[in-house]
Amino acid sequence: MTRRFSLTLLPLLLSAAAAFGAADGSWLKNVPARDHEKTNPYRDQADAIAAGRRVFVDRCSHCHGENAEGTKKRPPLKSERVQHQASEGDLHWLLVNGNMRKGMPSWAKLPDPQLWQVITYVKSLHE
Amino acid sequence: MKTVFIVYLLAGLFLFASAGHAQERPYFVTYSHEMEEPGNLDIEFFNAVGKPPGGNRFIGSNIEFEYGATAWWTTEFYLDGQVTVHDSTIFTGYRWENRFRPLLREHWINPVIYIEFENTSADKALREVVGHDGKDDFIEPNAEARQDKERELELKLILGSNYKGWNISENIIAEKNLSNEPWEFGYAVGASRPLSLAARAHNCTFCGEKFQVGVEMYGGLGDRYSFGLNQTSHYLGPLINWTAPNGMTLSFSPQFGLNDFSIPRLYRFGVSYEIDQLFSRFHRGAR
Repeated sequence: MTRRFSLTLLPLLLSAAAAFGAADGSWLKNVPARDHEKTNPYRDQADAIAAGRRVFVDRCSHCHGENAEGTKKRPPLKSERVQHQASEGDLHWLLVNGNMRKGMPSWAKLPDPQLWQVITYVKSLHE
Repeated sequence: MKTVFIVYLLAGLFLFASAGHAQERPYFVTYSHEMEEPGNLDIEFFNAVGKPPGGNRFIGSNIEFEYGATAWWTTEFYLDGQVTVHDSTIFTGYRWENRFRPLLREHWINPVIYIEFENTSADKALREVVGHDGKDDFIEPNAEARQDKERELELKLILGSNYKGWNISENIIAEKNLSNEPWEFGYAVGASRPLSLAARAHNCTFCGEKFQVGVEMYGGLGDRYSFGLNQTSHYLGPLINWTAPNGMTLSFSPQFGLNDFSIPRLYRFGVSYEIDQLFSRFHRGAR
């Protein structure tokens, strides 16, 4: 009985650990220099912020919160790391590749312009 | 009674859900390498309408429940049925499939391993074509076709690429009836893209970002003893889908048999709806 309980509990604990681990920012070390330096074609454009907000609400808000404030299991996107440490190229790399071991899916299914629009919106949140 | 329960369960799920964002690829047969988002449940209802020469018109249907178990593992359960004019309406069986993504980053070509068990008989949904499947399989009366139980293991290697808004997907299929029949082979390929790559700043209903168009082709490749194109059926057709403002996606495709072994025309249509973060909804209550 104890063994069965442990076997049930183990995957849950591992999932929880992975979810909290997603916020540790270790993915930043994996971004190739070429991707780190990519520039956002929509930077600071008001239309792109509005469009990015729409895509964010549809695709991202269920995990990261309606206003990117984070949820119990997923990190906020208004953090120092996302707003200042990560370049727009870093965020683009993360959206394309995801961080699948830690629960973040790849969003390569979205066209590149929409990924940049989401990044434009997320980066606008620091103001 | 069971039917009533299922209808209430589905209605409950739809009411419980906030607007989803299915916006699936428009393929009916081809799988892309894209997985279901973790925690999301996608409910899909797909149909194929056709009329084999010398046979009766039919509609084969699946209802599918696709769940993102993790970012690299998607599991899906199907219930299948069919209606044949001048014959009968029958439940044809169930399938359970799992897709695993072995490479956890995006590459030029992204492989996904697909494993499915199906227990069907008289199935007419045409979710894949393998071996020497052809139009004659659709002529047999349902009462006789039901005697032929198909307990099958199906493996697919799914290869997918995204490039400048285009998705290009190739599937290589191997299927084995577990009752001592040879391995059968098939293929499916497809390409699709949204009409508009950038999102609009304001909500819209019929703008380009809401539509995806594409083309897919699929067919059989014989079996272990007679591999090749001889006596195999093949289909080709354009695809379109549209995501409604409430998140429901409607898909349609007219498909054409490419040789005498195929059903001349198939009309496929489907509806899908995605419920975001299914289980966290139960924890927090519906919004």
